[in-house]
Amino acid sequence: MTHAPDRVRRHGLRPRPRITRRQNGTGSTPGFRGRRPLVLTLLVAALATVFAVLLPGVAQAEGEQVLGTLSTSRSGPIEGVTITVTSADGKEAGKAQTDASGQWSVDLPGPGQYTVTINAGDLPDNVKLGTGGDTREVNVASGRAQPVNFGLSDGTTGGGGGGAGKVIQLLVDGLRFGLLIAMCSVGLSLIFGTTGLTNFAHSELVTIGAVVAWYLNVQAGMPLIWAGVLALFIGAIVGALNDLAIWRPLRRRGTGLVAALVVSIGLSLALRYVIQIIFGGRSRPYVGYQNQRAIDYGLFSLTNRALASIIISVIVLVLVALMLQRTKIGKAMRAVADNRDLAASSGINVDRVILFVWALGGALAALGGILLGLSDSVQWDMGYRLLLLMFAGVTLGGLGTAYGALIGSLVVGIFVQVSTLVIPSDIKYVGGLLLLIVILVIRPQGILGSRVRVG
Amino acid sequence: MSEFLDAITGGLQAGLGYQAIFFVLLAVGLNVHFGYTGLLNFGQAGFALLGAFGVAVSVVRWDLPFWVGIVIGLAAAVLLALLLGLPTLRLRADYLAIVTIAAAEILRLVFRSVGATAVTGGTRGLSGFNADFVALAPWAGGRQYDILGTRWSGAQLWLALVGWTLVALTSLLVWSLMRSPWGRVVKAIREDEDAARSLGKNVYAYKMQALVLGGVIGSLGGTVYALGLGSVNPDQYQNANTFLAYTALILGGAARIWGPILGGTILLFLVQFADTGLKALISNGIIPESLLSPTDVASLRFVLIGVGLMALLVFRPQGILGDRREVMLDAR
Repeated sequence: MTHAPDRVRRHGLRPRPRITRRQNGTGSTPGFRGRRPLVLTLLVAALATVFAVLLPGVAQAEGEQVLGTLSTSRSGPIEGVTITVTSADGKEAGKAQTDASGQWSVDLPGPGQYTVTINAGDLPDNVKLGTGGDTREVNVASGRAQPVNFGLSDGTTGGGGGGAGKVIQLLVDGLRFGLLIAMCSVGLSLIFGTTGLTNFAHSELVTIGAVVAWYLNVQAGMPLIWAGVLALFIGAIVGALNDLAIWRPLRRRGTGLVAALVVSIGLSLALRYVIQIIFGGRSRPYVGYQNQRAIDYGLFSLTNRALASIIISVIVLVLVALMLQRTKIGKAMRAVADNRDLAASSGINVDRVILFVWALGGALAALGGILLGLSDSVQWDMGYRLLLLMFAGVTLGGLGTAYGALIGSLVVGIFVQVSTLVIPSDIKYVGGLLLLIVILVIRPQGILGSRVRVG
Repeated sequence: MSEFLDAITGGLQAGLGYQAIFFVLLAVGLNVHFGYTGLLNFGQAGFALLGAFGVAVSVVRWDLPFWVGIVIGLAAAVLLALLLGLPTLRLRADYLAIVTIAAAEILRLVFRSVGATAVTGGTRGLSGFNADFVALAPWAGGRQYDILGTRWSGAQLWLALVGWTLVALTSLLVWSLMRSPWGRVVKAIREDEDAARSLGKNVYAYKMQALVLGGVIGSLGGTVYALGLGSVNPDQYQNANTFLAYTALILGGAARIWGPILGGTILLFLVQFADTGLKALISNGIIPESLLSPTDVASLRFVLIGVGLMALLVFRPQGILGDRREVMLDAR
């Protein structure tokens, strides 16, 4: 409460445009209003072009199909398993064998009810069928490629590993997940620190990064690494555009923090569903990485992509920390986050620093999205589902501090994964969110935050 | 032309039917929170979920009469408000925002989880619990009635009558409360919390009471929606609904009794009108299907709502009826 009016006053530039507007008479207010939708339109148009350029590659398969992938984390993709499809009247509609990457597909004569049977004898010894048995009934709609999942199990899930080993495995998974959240939330926290904005649209920066990388990777055929690097730059540009098109004008206008918060919610809603319209509701993986075998490291096992994800996150986060600590712009960022007026009066160009923070936040969020897409697969609302965990991490660490966001996110990530020891994994995010509420009761300023911030 | 009329009558039906009542009740609750007290509750969908599942679970699983279910839903909403308010009402506004949004998400995730299927029906939800309610209607529930080109079944009409009566009663309650000393304190808290505190008011208690009141009204919205639809599913109570209700409230004008009612009706009309209209344009080939498919139209409504919410807050935060000075939104 002490902090809020203070914050508004910190928008040092606020009174000025008002005065100029009044001095210029009636003419300039409509001008002010007229320009903003234009910038917004330009932003949307720029985004649309990015997607439009990438879109022509989308080729939908004609006709009905059933398809699937046979793979488990320990065995990797399973080759040479026969799948038989029979139609509702008992006739055989088609047969297929899985290829080297475990994939199979059967073209169907038309829409309708089909029975898909797997030949369990072809499976390797350590792989067993799940509780659903060896047949699946599917209803194929017209023109649809219907995925079929046989739910194979290889003993890695369901408590086969035993106590300590399982805890370490979950710790490592949690570390990967926490680093990923940290990458997304450092930007969120820095943006809050420098501008006071609680940015609910940050989740869409995450999704945009993953989706752009998917289009470059799958539609344009780029290797994921280069697609990722390019998506990183696009993420930075989108972040910077966010500030230029929306938040800087709003700051100039003196929009209150709560109003800005609700604006960011509107932006998040609009962007999320634009992405759904363009990308579709399905979840899609990147090419070339989804069928990796987990490698056993003694106490835990990891796929190469998970290992790469951990290494990349650590390197990037260390680089960010070095930048914050050593470089001029990093010091300027911390200065602005600490006290905006003091930073401005010591000659720091606050607007430029904030723009840089947005670009950095956008790039980091994009990278986080790509890594999340690598481990789970790309979905239109993947960022939004992560958003609350990002808030949990940021709040736990202390709103507005970069290092706090890092530590907080790690704790949340590890907590979420390890909590699956006790609670079912389909509500594991609940643990993280409950943690958020508990923190607010015990220590609202977070681990590294200072008491004044909370008021 | 007939399609244009269809779009208008479709919009009217949505603007007056149970969907609109749902959003209006959510928005009346939010008006108490946000409009009058200045609390940022972004988890109104969670309250609605409790109201809906209160009825559904009581009737389907526990074989209780539906009005007991309504009471259970209301009690659950009070409990949720207390749980949310205890840790956060002493903190800055955005903390309450984050915690409420998290709580609504927790509720949804827990209600749709496999472990809860025995009670809540999981992702499939529950259905078949509104027969007793429909039987209370003074006219035949199954018959169709035509009113001004719109077509209602007797059950829908009965629900609309009960729902709008509820809207009227809650609005009347809010109106009289806001004219009372209690309302003046609450509005003072919105304007300047420290000033209210220095006059010896227990700000924390007032905020808590406002949170409970608004939450209870929101949960009534969920009850109406569940009774209207005849089924409940946790995914119907996503947080997007909270934002839709906020848009309705701000469109109509926050801190005004008629604000949420007007805003909810207009918003639902516009959304349904755009929905039907766009689908007609697509099926007539005026909008090529490669650009926008009928399934995308459902997503497009959220895009429009998001953009509308942004534009409203930037250009006209007071909405249709509000007073700009009263809604200078700021963190407190």
